[in-house]
Amino acid sequence: MRIGVVTFPGSLDDGDARRAVRLAGAEPVRLWHADADLHGVDAVVLPGGFSYGDYLRCGAIARFAPVMTEVVAAARRGVPVLGICNGFQVLCESHLLPGALVRNEAQRFVCTDQRLVVENADTAWTSALTAGSEITVPLKNGEGGFVADTETLDRLEGEGRVVFRYAGPNPNGSLRAIAGITDERGNVVGLMPHPEHAVEEGFGPTTDGLALFASVLTAGLAAVGA
Amino acid sequence: MSTPTPAGLDTVARAAATPEREQPWADLGLKADEYARIREILGRRPTGAELAMYSVMWSEHCSYKSSKVHLKVFGDHLTDAMKTSLMVGIGENAGVVDIGHDWAVTFKVESHNHPSFIEPYQGAATGVGGIIRDIMAMGARPIAVMDSLRFGAIDHPDTARVVPGVVSGVGGYGNCIGLPNIGGEVVFDPSYQGNPLVNALCVGAMKHADVHLANARGVGNLVVLFGARTGGDGIGGVSVLASETFEDSGPSKRPAVQVGDPFQEKVLIECCLDLFSADLVEGIQDLGGAGLSCATSELASAGDGGMLVHLDRVPLRDPSLSPEEILMSESQERMMAVVTPANIDAFLAVTARWDVEAAVLGEVTDGDHLVVQWHGETVVDVPPRTVAHDGPVYERPYARPASQDALQADVPTAERLARPGTDEELRALLLRMVASPNLCSRAWVTDQYDRYVLGGTALATPDDAGVVRVDEETGLGVALSLDGNGRYARLDPRTGAQLALAEAYRNVSAAGAKPLAVTDCLNFGSPEDPGVMWQFAEAVRGLAVGCEALGVPVTGGNVSLYNQTGDQGLDSAVLPTPVIGVLGVLDDVRRRTPSGWKVAGQNLYLLGTTREEFGGSEWAWAEHGHLGGMPPAVDFAAEALLGDVLVQCSRDGLVDAAHDLSDGGLAQALVESVLRYGVGARVWLDELLERDGIDAFTALFAESAARAVVAVPREEEVRFTDMCTARGLPHLRIGVSDAEPGVEPVLDVQGHFAVPVADLRAAHSSTLPRHFG
Repeated sequence: MRIGVVTFPGSLDDGDARRAVRLAGAEPVRLWHADADLHGVDAVVLPGGFSYGDYLRCGAIARFAPVMTEVVAAARRGVPVLGICNGFQVLCESHLLPGALVRNEAQRFVCTDQRLVVENADTAWTSALTAGSEITVPLKNGEGGFVADTETLDRLEGEGRVVFRYAGPNPNGSLRAIAGITDERGNVVGLMPHPEHAVEEGFGPTTDGLALFASVLTAGLAAVGA
Repeated sequence: MSTPTPAGLDTVARAAATPEREQPWADLGLKADEYARIREILGRRPTGAELAMYSVMWSEHCSYKSSKVHLKVFGDHLTDAMKTSLMVGIGENAGVVDIGHDWAVTFKVESHNHPSFIEPYQGAATGVGGIIRDIMAMGARPIAVMDSLRFGAIDHPDTARVVPGVVSGVGGYGNCIGLPNIGGEVVFDPSYQGNPLVNALCVGAMKHADVHLANARGVGNLVVLFGARTGGDGIGGVSVLASETFEDSGPSKRPAVQVGDPFQEKVLIECCLDLFSADLVEGIQDLGGAGLSCATSELASAGDGGMLVHLDRVPLRDPSLSPEEILMSESQERMMAVVTPANIDAFLAVTARWDVEAAVLGEVTDGDHLVVQWHGETVVDVPPRTVAHDGPVYERPYARPASQDALQADVPTAERLARPGTDEELRALLLRMVASPNLCSRAWVTDQYDRYVLGGTALATPDDAGVVRVDEETGLGVALSLDGNGRYARLDPRTGAQLALAEAYRNVSAAGAKPLAVTDCLNFGSPEDPGVMWQFAEAVRGLAVGCEALGVPVTGGNVSLYNQTGDQGLDSAVLPTPVIGVLGVLDDVRRRTPSGWKVAGQNLYLLGTTREEFGGSEWAWAEHGHLGGMPPAVDFAAEALLGDVLVQCSRDGLVDAAHDLSDGGLAQALVESVLRYGVGARVWLDELLERDGIDAFTALFAESAARAVVAVPREEEVRFTDMCTARGLPHLRIGVSDAEPGVEPVLDVQGHFAVPVADLRAAHSSTLPRHFG
């Protein structure tokens, strides 16, 4: 299986995402922001970082990158897409996911080992996890507060589209402690915490993050096959 | 200054024709004799542009004119054995060390003190940005940063302005550029009020063949400026800011602080790495202090010919800038490369791919002068060496201050400073100490830094050293620690510098890495004060001797003088603060040793000997506001032995945790180790008290050097103690790690007191949030 990892100018965790893909047993493929071609990959990761310097608004410029036209079209076809941190912001800006990410409540960047409750284990990126279980992966963001209007929040909750929720104290003021969500079909997932930093013994708090990349190995092939 | 219009342009021809013209040399920070020397070198008065170049390059910051005569001592103490792993030594942008398997690392610490006081966020951010470019200029990929920060009293109103700005500046730049911040220091002391110290370190890695040097060789090769456009920021930063003492009331110097853009620099890093891997660069230099003046004169000076630069080709953010201003601007995120004509198209294709602006400014010539033209008129025509290397050298007077004897005689004996008399008082002292400004948790700071990006971080604060992987295949990596202690250095500069070196060496060893090389940032007051110069001279000598004793060479660093507000001699200078970075290597970073124990039932051993050493201690300062006596004694043979044993323990898997003992002594080390993973400990002191002839207070709080605490798995105990015995390292079992399911973990100093780990954590973690939100 081939999983594309997009590099925007200012992407920072693209190398980590490629490593996570590799350790999960898939082949990572570099995708370039200015190249409107997904090179036939079976799934796409939008990594963390500060795409285009996060000028204007986080993810706002990346949305208009040539590669994103292809990512959006693929996502609508059901290809699994995972947005991590800045990638989550890009997915929201691209309207593949609802809501937005705003500056942390404490007005400070926060880097911490974050406990998360798995709320939905039926998405393309969480099928190897167990609903109700806890995982711990790094969280690192300055603008990670998830916000949406009440109606949207209620709909996300009602449709089971909250994928991860922060356990313990809310680290960034996200409404209803939402750490990650999915689209209607469950192939697009965005989350603020960083599963790609928890894939290797000795480098990160746990190896819990590997499960997200392992999930897509089965889910992704099924989606593409369909 | 002249305007850029040709009519008013101060050309070389005009300078020759108008020798009498008054020039603003004093405003540019030059002394009368220095100006006279420039006229002598050129045989005429300098043009405005030449004057600008000399003024920034002959500043204290760039020319090391006060420190040079003392820094030579490092060379005197550099043995052949120390050179074995040294690929590039002092003098280049950063030193390069061979770590084996065809890998090399380059690392350096640099100060950005003055700008960080004026504008904390941008000052600190551009400090990080500047040191990263030094590392890039060696051909390396930057892989981690560290920061050593010193501020005024924690409760001073201005500290509340400076701390959040500096911390978010360090974090803002490092986080956005995608480099893990793996450690450093945060220290509070009133001497840094008005003169905070912001020292940033960067480490980079490369294959041996990728080492690049800053020189302009090959007649006809092109000189290319690439990166951000040049603006009016930071003009005269090195000459006005970094080389003058702050006046209590003077005009705002904010325009001399640069503004950073980490996104530009991130793109610049990737662009440079693509240029290096395609082998498109002959020589490269970053633009930092003194901007184009420095880059052109240093490249030309280190080359084999001259250089012609068309200054009007520099891409500008502000088109009204004069040639002088363009030469002095310290706009960030710029690099200069020397490229062969055959490679220039490929070079420009790479920069275009990264949307990095590049301009061919000129070429290497067969002359021996650096010539700068402005719309065809020559405004600079100088021998580059006279700008870059032949700056003034001062033999500044230095003398041991008369007050030093009284300071050293004021020993913190039991009669002089009250000590805890009961176990209850000892317990209360422990809780106060772990909450004190210099011993409390740094999480408020370090949680604002990304320590995970790049995926290679094996250890970071609060562990003793930061450890990052260099080679994913083998696990080869490096450990780094940055340490300094201004109070020790104030009491005795020579010993203080050596203690900083010893502590960094010990920290790296405790993490399991073999120490290889040293970088230093020497922060002192005004060199015009003989007492300060004595502190500097002593510290440098102490450091050079220490490096020789431990067999680790200084590969580069930085001197920061004039960290002083006002004119009251030593009392208005910062504590003399040599900050020492030690780099070590681990064959496999997965074998690194963390600073706390994870499981119960491991035996805790104290390595080394404890003496009644409280001069300059955290206890004397935090509890009594006292600074006097002599700092702890340094024994490099003991340090080397301890380091060796710790590294071997890591290699052979004999210890699961190791924590060095330094500020706050054994008590602080035990507290940090139990807090690391929340596993408690039972500790007994009786044998230690008897062996070393000390009391419980001394055992817990003395700051004797060459000590560490280790946790030894029971199955390794025999091998461990046999090794210590065979090597002659004092070792004593002082406790056991302790945790029972369902029972609250406790640090139990048996026969004296016990404190729940939760209470320690509450005391340890609340201080910085209480002061800074």
